[in-house]
Amino acid sequence: MIACEICVIGGGPAGLMAALHAASLGASVVIIDRNDYLGGQLIKQTHRFFGSKEQRASERGVNISRELSFAVEEEENIKVLTAATALGYYKDGVVTVEKDERFLKIKPQKIIVATGGAEKTLPFPNNDLPGVYGAGAVQTLVNVYGVKPGQRVLMVGAGNIGVIVSYQLLQAGVEVAGIVEAAPRIGAYWVHAAKVVRAGVPIYTRHTIKGAWGEKEVEGATTVELDDQWRPIPGTEKDFDVDVICLSVGLSPLTEILWQAGCAMKYVPELSGYVPLRNVDMETSVPGIYIAGDAGGIEEASAAMMEGALAGLSAARALGYSASDFNSRRANILRELENLRSGPVGEKIRKGLKKVTLIERQEFRVLPLSSNF
Amino acid sequence: MRVYEHPILDFTREKKIKFTYNGRELEGFEGETVAAALHANGIRTMRESIHLHRPRGLFCNIGNCSSCLMIVDGKPNVRVCVEKLREGMNVMTQKGKGELK
Repeated sequence: MIACEICVIGGGPAGLMAALHAASLGASVVIIDRNDYLGGQLIKQTHRFFGSKEQRASERGVNISRELSFAVEEEENIKVLTAATALGYYKDGVVTVEKDERFLKIKPQKIIVATGGAEKTLPFPNNDLPGVYGAGAVQTLVNVYGVKPGQRVLMVGAGNIGVIVSYQLLQAGVEVAGIVEAAPRIGAYWVHAAKVVRAGVPIYTRHTIKGAWGEKEVEGATTVELDDQWRPIPGTEKDFDVDVICLSVGLSPLTEILWQAGCAMKYVPELSGYVPLRNVDMETSVPGIYIAGDAGGIEEASAAMMEGALAGLSAARALGYSASDFNSRRANILRELENLRSGPVGEKIRKGLKKVTLIERQEFRVLPLSSNF
Repeated sequence: MRVYEHPILDFTREKKIKFTYNGRELEGFEGETVAAALHANGIRTMRESIHLHRPRGLFCNIGNCSSCLMIVDGKPNVRVCVEKLREGMNVMTQKGKGELK
């Protein structure tokens, strides 16, 4: 049994920031991550981030992950367990872990769940053929391993991930035949979209994929135009000679361990799935269990890092740790989060968070434990 | 199908190693995953679906989805997207649910 004050599950942007902030107040932290490296999905992000200096704007994700991982390794209050998968949470507060085919038990006083998200798929004929990938999967293949998924790609979805990965495919010398987007507008920031358009990649709004074809692998795809009611318009089919189809149709929060721990959960479309109720300091309805990042609702990495910082400070504070500048640090993080979620871009997130963020812990108690309220 | 020139990234490929795929000898690099090495060799099919016997490949590439299960050194249901390549590894297409010996 490993005893520690705080166990952080997930060593991505949210988890690393949580660990660093908790440790900075003096708490002892164990980070577990199922990968054999830290940094999560940041390690494949070669584009520059937006936002403020605190959110590491204009830095590339891959460099941020290196910096954070290095800081974590240097921090003596943090112990890192990589290639370690969290298996479950038990009523006596024990987290069970598989590492190197061995079964470990960790008994922390507080837990920060920063498990991230998983890519969604899309139903269409032959969507199971080899050659149909999540856009993030292709990003890993190309940017981490320097391996191409094929020769020519059709990207489905013109949100930030779809557009950024399309550009990164071009950088790696892979042809992008086009990007289809079912909505009437491109979802990505214009800075990213303009780059692929300038590079000659057509973006078809109000279009979706009708099907993939191929015997053993993807040999092509058919797209179709949609009307105002999102219905396919017959006769508008277009064939694309591609061997790769990338799906960039959103992510959903990875929340299994929160369900198992009995956290009150709610389905919130604006946050892309079932997410736990939480207070402003990121604590869930189960005292001592905190969340940070995409596990609590799909958002950008910058927001995940700020949430991690907040959860780390809160968990350490609950253990009795503090610092003379605690209040100003907390206030700064809350301000950063507010800025990130301001304006029309943050409207959806604000609406979603309103449904699950409770001001006082007291409010959790009046809610039934079932998920369907 | 490897990327050799990139405007931002340098791919440091260290030691070349040999492995077998369905009995065929292939080359990959130490430090990369089995799935990456197979893709570099143009192989994108990892297993056969259980009921309809359809070919299946990589989907999420980060160990979430179980689309890429293969038999590695006799052990079934290995997620090759997160399994690192080792010298002399024996990788085979998985058909069915796999048997534990």
